[in-house]
Amino acid sequence: MSTLGDLIRLGDPPKGRLVVVAALGSFTVLLGVGLMSLAGYVISRAAERPPILELTVAMVAVRACGIGRPVSRYFERLRSHDLAFRVLARIRVAFVRHLEPQVPAQEEAYRRGDLLARIVDDVDATQELFLRGITPPIVAVIAGTISILAAALFVPAAGGILAAGLLLGGVVVPALAVAAAGRTGRGRAELRAELTAEVVELVRGAPELVVLGADVAARERIADLDATLARRARRAAVAAGAIEVLGVLVAGLTVAGVLAVAAAAAGSGMLDRVLVASVALLAMASFEAVAPLPAAALELRETAASGRRVLDVVDRAPAVRDPAEPEPLPDDPTVTLRAVDVRYATTEDPVLHQVDLRIAPGERVALTGPSGAGKSTVAALLVRFLDPAAGAVTIGGIDLRELTQHDVRSANVLDGQDAYLFATTIRENVRLARPAAGDDELRSALARAGLEPWIASLPDGVNTFVGEEGTAVSGGERRRIALARTFLAGGRVLVLDEPTAHLDPPTADAIVRDALDAADGRSVVLITHRPEGLGLVDRTLRLRRGELT
Amino acid sequence: MRPLDPRLLARTRGARIALATDVIAGFLATLLILAQATLFARIVVAAFDGRPFRSRTLVLFALVVVARALLSGVFETTGRLAAIRVMSDLRMRFVGARLAAGDEPEPPEAGEVAAAAVGGVDGLEAYFGRYLPQVVLAVLVPVAVLLWTANIDPTSAAIMLVTLPLIPVFMIVIGRYTEAKTRARWRSLARLSNHFLDVVRGLPTLRAFNRGEVQAERIAATSEAYRRATMETLRVSFLSGAVLDLAATLATALVAVTLGVRLIDGGVGLQAALTVLLLTPELYVPLRSLAALFHVSADGLAAAERILELGEASSAGEGGAPTPEGWHALTLRDVVVRYPARAASALDGVDLTVRRGETVALTGPSGAGKSTVAALLLGLRRPEAGRIEVDGADLAGFDVRAWHRQVAWMPQRPTVFRGTVRENIALGKPGASETELRAAAARAGFADVVDELPEGFDTVVGEGGRELSAGELRRLAVARALVSDAPLLILDEPTANLDPDNADAIAAAIGSAGPDRAVLVIAHDPKLAGIADRIVRLQDGRIAAASTEAGVR
Repeated sequence: MSTLGDLIRLGDPPKGRLVVVAALGSFTVLLGVGLMSLAGYVISRAAERPPILELTVAMVAVRACGIGRPVSRYFERLRSHDLAFRVLARIRVAFVRHLEPQVPAQEEAYRRGDLLARIVDDVDATQELFLRGITPPIVAVIAGTISILAAALFVPAAGGILAAGLLLGGVVVPALAVAAAGRTGRGRAELRAELTAEVVELVRGAPELVVLGADVAARERIADLDATLARRARRAAVAAGAIEVLGVLVAGLTVAGVLAVAAAAAGSGMLDRVLVASVALLAMASFEAVAPLPAAALELRETAASGRRVLDVVDRAPAVRDPAEPEPLPDDPTVTLRAVDVRYATTEDPVLHQVDLRIAPGERVALTGPSGAGKSTVAALLVRFLDPAAGAVTIGGIDLRELTQHDVRSANVLDGQDAYLFATTIRENVRLARPAAGDDELRSALARAGLEPWIASLPDGVNTFVGEEGTAVSGGERRRIALARTFLAGGRVLVLDEPTAHLDPPTADAIVRDALDAADGRSVVLITHRPEGLGLVDRTLRLRRGELT
Repeated sequence: MRPLDPRLLARTRGARIALATDVIAGFLATLLILAQATLFARIVVAAFDGRPFRSRTLVLFALVVVARALLSGVFETTGRLAAIRVMSDLRMRFVGARLAAGDEPEPPEAGEVAAAAVGGVDGLEAYFGRYLPQVVLAVLVPVAVLLWTANIDPTSAAIMLVTLPLIPVFMIVIGRYTEAKTRARWRSLARLSNHFLDVVRGLPTLRAFNRGEVQAERIAATSEAYRRATMETLRVSFLSGAVLDLAATLATALVAVTLGVRLIDGGVGLQAALTVLLLTPELYVPLRSLAALFHVSADGLAAAERILELGEASSAGEGGAPTPEGWHALTLRDVVVRYPARAASALDGVDLTVRRGETVALTGPSGAGKSTVAALLLGLRRPEAGRIEVDGADLAGFDVRAWHRQVAWMPQRPTVFRGTVRENIALGKPGASETELRAAAARAGFADVVDELPEGFDTVVGEGGRELSAGELRRLAVARALVSDAPLLILDEPTANLDPDNADAIAAAIGSAGPDRAVLVIAHDPKLAGIADRIVRLQDGRIAAASTEAGVR
């Protein structure tokens, strides 16, 4: 349960609003209790044929409960949704703030498949916690306790029976529901993900599967997964049925017990006979307080799993931190790596070993080597996405660890290997590098990246939407937009990490040529595993297994 | 959304008994509530009259509770079990239909369809298992409660009858107004979620440009704006639930107060009055459940409709005569193919023969029908007129599965399947030796790519694995086609997205595919077409020009 505690701390629900939601929820249940027990009283008392004036107050109260309950319920629903939205916004922001200092160094782990989309779904799932998970138990405790006390006031034994019944219905039954779900629900999400992946492949490659004769096997894999899912779903349905049986049984038998002791109390003169129906109906209506709890418990269980995954990300320490008293950014743009070792905790061999590198102002250096040689790690070091385990990275002789990250990344600008296009316009995608930039600067950056002819061909020009749901952008155009962004950012050292990956040779060559032309006297570090552009730099360094050769 | 889709109902055939059982259990459980109310009133009245209460009545009450609990359990379970069967059936039919769909001019978007087939179909559990039975109960239960009440106290039944029609009226009025709005609102919430995902995905880029903090603030601002707008909608859409609640509690209050007045006048007895009081809320229970289930099942239903649309494809013929291994020529005879979405015929009277031992290049502009010819020869499509012959016998008469063993095919947009590079190539020839696989990779120019992969032939590719560029994917697919020694080899644009060196290598590999094979190459690239014995040019679904057999070389 500490997961939930941590999640609540992360979401930090406004206390006042939480209290309002809990109060409205309790009020709703109690108005229902009041409606039924007062109605029972009115009818029982009326059977004694008193003057009607004697019942006027009670009748008005019955009507008030009848009207008040739905009103209270309406506002409770509104307030609880409002709270959930507010908290979700806070969790999203907190998540981004915590994840930001971890990327891209630790983010690799999320890239595979669509884990990233899943963790985002997990973040969104936490809103259920605040919608259905937190207030129902609070409401159950408040409304349940008041109902028990009210029953005990009339007949102490009835209070005892009701307490036992509500505890069974509100604690034991939900616990059983969770236990049953634990036996049936484990891995259902994973199974679904697996099945989805199989279906995607089948839909995409159906004709090929058929011609290759691999369709039978594919269909069988899907049938197996579907059968496993169905088996789990059947078990869950049976478990839900059992929980339903228990819930009805506990509520019904509690009412029977309360009715019995109330009738007995009336027989022995301890309870006014007009109150027998009231006490029993009170017990009956008070079960509304615990009715949502089995579902809430299941929801909490689900959310706890999502929440755990979110917290795992949030709790991780940032890769780098700003110094307490940062040095000002030196004027000298020279960047050096001195005897740098980098080691990821998980691997034993260092990713970089004793790397020395000096990039003089205006110098163009290419860094080549096979995949996994540590080229991108050098890029990450230069913009301080991570710190070396030994040695130092400096700008103008000052260790990056003594500068703010903001200053480092303003001086050394990275065009990352995974440069991302956001789902917005070309203009916004480029401008994010420097929002203050004017239209002229923007146009110049686009021109230098060689994008002008393409943009001129688009009906909406720079206002064309790109990204996931936007206009399809070719690999070359994507790289060029990223380059334009880098040019617009300014800076003194441009770090271009694999600007030509996945591109055909003529496009790759053109892009590298344009990038180096546009660098305009700035230092350039060109990281690539391909030959294009190597003829255009001042010198070429080769990384092999973490060492410069 | 149509609340009851006849196509879906047709799919419940196998589950109807279970669904009927479910409804009966739910209805019996309600009848027991009526019995329970009567017994409750009897015990109270006994206490009221100062009679010692009879333990037999209490035991009966408890027995009714037990029976009702069991029936509620059955109601909760049976419907869902039936739903699960329908769901599996729907899903597997869909899978079968996809495999039988053959060649489609505009294939559906795989991710969206898969989401509908998995998560969407799972959503049907609520529709079949809960919503559908509840629809029946929402009719049966109010009628039963009204009849029972009318039997005890007609005046109260009349009051109930007056409040009851208010519900559908209010729901329709409010529902009409808000349903569309609520839907639009949820969609925009989904967009907000996409915005969040977009930011998270692009976080490394944002960080490189010192923009992370600003984006975090923007998420806060956007979320706040959406919250306000959404609350605006919820304020109205929650009204429909509130109206239902109000009808139920107000009816109870009205019935109670009226009963009180009539009790004082002596117009009704305590036993009857208490029973009716307990029955009144029950009148509304199924309707409220129905309203609560409406939105959950609406999503499942939308998905199911999508699945049904895609699941109604005609099936290709299985069974039929075994194909002769030693065939000599494949012939398209006056073939006509039409695609429903297009006005013009895809193929309009095409005659073409491909013989063993020759390579034919099929050229022509995009949309000329080149890939359709491949689909016909593969048996993935049947012509609307004309026929495809294997040594003079109609291809339609042969077993499709057996025919596919005689074919190696590389489609225009090849698929990389989840698995290792080795497994992907070996799909072309199950049981191929390591040497054969490596040789095929080398001929396709894919060996260089493999050498650069961290785990070589064991590198996992496809969804979730290493991404392949368009050129890499094409070479992998060519390797898959070349490893096969099937007598018919069909390659659709094998050199698209490739640099000249690789394209030349592949052209050469196709040229030396084997002496006794029939090879059909679909090519834009004139250089690739140049390796063929014959070039056939298609335009607007007709053969525009064909070089004679000796013409090219």
